[in-house]
Amino acid sequence: MGCTITEKILGKHVSKGEVKSGKHILASVDFMVANDITAPITIDILEDIPNAKIKGLDRIALVPDHFTPNKDIKSAENVKKLRKFARDYGIKYFFETGRAGVEHCLLPEKGLVLPGDLVIGADSHTCTYGALGCVSTGVGSTDLAGALLSGKIWIKVPETIKLEYTGKLKKWTYGKDLILMTLKDLGDKVSIYRSLEFTGETISDLNMSQRFTMCNMAVEAGAKNGIISPDEITEEYIKDRAKRPYNFYYSDSDAEFVETRRYDVSELEPQVALPFSPSNVKNISDLGEIKIDQVFIGSCTNGWYEDLKIAAEVIKGKKVADHVRLIVIPPTPEIYLKALRNGILEVFAKAEAVIGPPTCGPCLGGHLGVLGAGERAISTSNRNFVGRMGHYKSEVYLANPAVAAASAVVGRIAHPKEVN
Amino acid sequence: MEMIIKGKSWKFGDNIDTDVIIPARYLNLTEPSELVKYLFEPLRENFASMVKTGDLLIAGENFGCGSSREHAPIAIKASGISCVIAKSFARIFYRNSFNIGLPLIICPDIVEEIEEGDEIEVDLKRGEIFNQTKEKEYSFPPFEKLMMNLIEHNGLIPYLLSGKFSI
Repeated sequence: MGCTITEKILGKHVSKGEVKSGKHILASVDFMVANDITAPITIDILEDIPNAKIKGLDRIALVPDHFTPNKDIKSAENVKKLRKFARDYGIKYFFETGRAGVEHCLLPEKGLVLPGDLVIGADSHTCTYGALGCVSTGVGSTDLAGALLSGKIWIKVPETIKLEYTGKLKKWTYGKDLILMTLKDLGDKVSIYRSLEFTGETISDLNMSQRFTMCNMAVEAGAKNGIISPDEITEEYIKDRAKRPYNFYYSDSDAEFVETRRYDVSELEPQVALPFSPSNVKNISDLGEIKIDQVFIGSCTNGWYEDLKIAAEVIKGKKVADHVRLIVIPPTPEIYLKALRNGILEVFAKAEAVIGPPTCGPCLGGHLGVLGAGERAISTSNRNFVGRMGHYKSEVYLANPAVAAASAVVGRIAHPKEVN
Repeated sequence: MEMIIKGKSWKFGDNIDTDVIIPARYLNLTEPSELVKYLFEPLRENFASMVKTGDLLIAGENFGCGSSREHAPIAIKASGISCVIAKSFARIFYRNSFNIGLPLIICPDIVEEIEEGDEIEVDLKRGEIFNQTKEKEYSFPPFEKLMMNLIEHNGLIPYLLSGKFSI
């Protein structure tokens, strides 16, 4: 019996023992990441250990992105802790505000996470990097401390669910709609502890940003990782960025999948996740009238350059509806600069959107666009749990960037064809 | 770590995510004693003040889904909760809890039948739960070797530093 791409990559990271689904393994880690809310706990743990010997200091990125630019004194103290730790231990990849961005957009862009890697991050959306053909998964702060002490991580080898997509996507539908539709189909339980492998002609046609969007939300299904086999699109994205050598792996033709699901997506329309779960998904045409107060375009899910471009095309020459706030956040300095140079930020500014600095911002209700009681937002981000963006009595709907932009103009959740 | 746990049960539903266990706006805090004040704030304000050391959380499917914030199991442990019993757990929460020495038990049967306030006793080694209030016994599959070692060492870091770590 052959191996899945996930089993193969994990197999390359163990020194002994069988890599078979369900077994615990101790795997060596290629790259690690932590942010301004998870790294402080890791640092506290390490600093409590007398004479701690820390390994892999050139294999970790510390990215202050959640509550930055520092939202309050406590957040500033946390970032100070990261900065001092980076300086004391000579950590190469500490990204200061101005050079930092949303970690899961920043690391691929910097060529720090690569095909064939095993990546762990103290952030659940670390699964984003699976779009590059690596095994990448979210862990906790203690896990990260353990990996910094030992260079390794304990992992249970996951079973894989194969998801096969056929058909050409219609205008105004994207990777976001594929993953929302898939979350609805899988529900909250089927994928727990498992790997999701996205395959098929529809996936092969997706650009990297849409592939990142899909793998990003694998965790919303409860999966350990989402992964897409690398191809020429991956190679084109990575070849001038990679900081290390990398390898492409693929599932064997006789690999064992716990389940295979096939989707014909040629008639798929834009999808919207309703409160309070990313799997509570409906076709946009089935929604009825849902008025909104705020729109957020950004995040590690859908803040990529191509996403901003799609949203700008929808909104160009129009204004945000009177009762609506549109918040646009390019997630990295590179994306910010490209959007600035190409006139995309001007489109948003003329539409009377507010443009924020690279940060996670409103996605997790921390700062820059927190919702009050009774307010409703549509967002290109990844979660819509109770209180996710602010007050417990606020609501978040999740959609693709074109739907978000159209909704900002119309003032209710709207199909992009209504404004184009 | 004590292998026998006794306490009162506190019952929660399905898909309890980490945003309701500890809302993101409190993640600028790292001290357990600070985090615990906001434990379950969206669902039950001042929850921690009602908990007695040793009490147990009971929950439905997919407990701890969402973000990787270790602040969630840290706050639960700091409240005095000794263990969580659920129908299923989200995976990052699962590893985070064992990594800090908070045992999690998967036992759907007791979740179905228990009522909040029932007094229960758990034998972690034997895989047995006794609902003293309802006088009913349940069993759960023994912990895998790694998970048991994590419990016995009170978490990953003490286990690694013991020099005995093995898979």
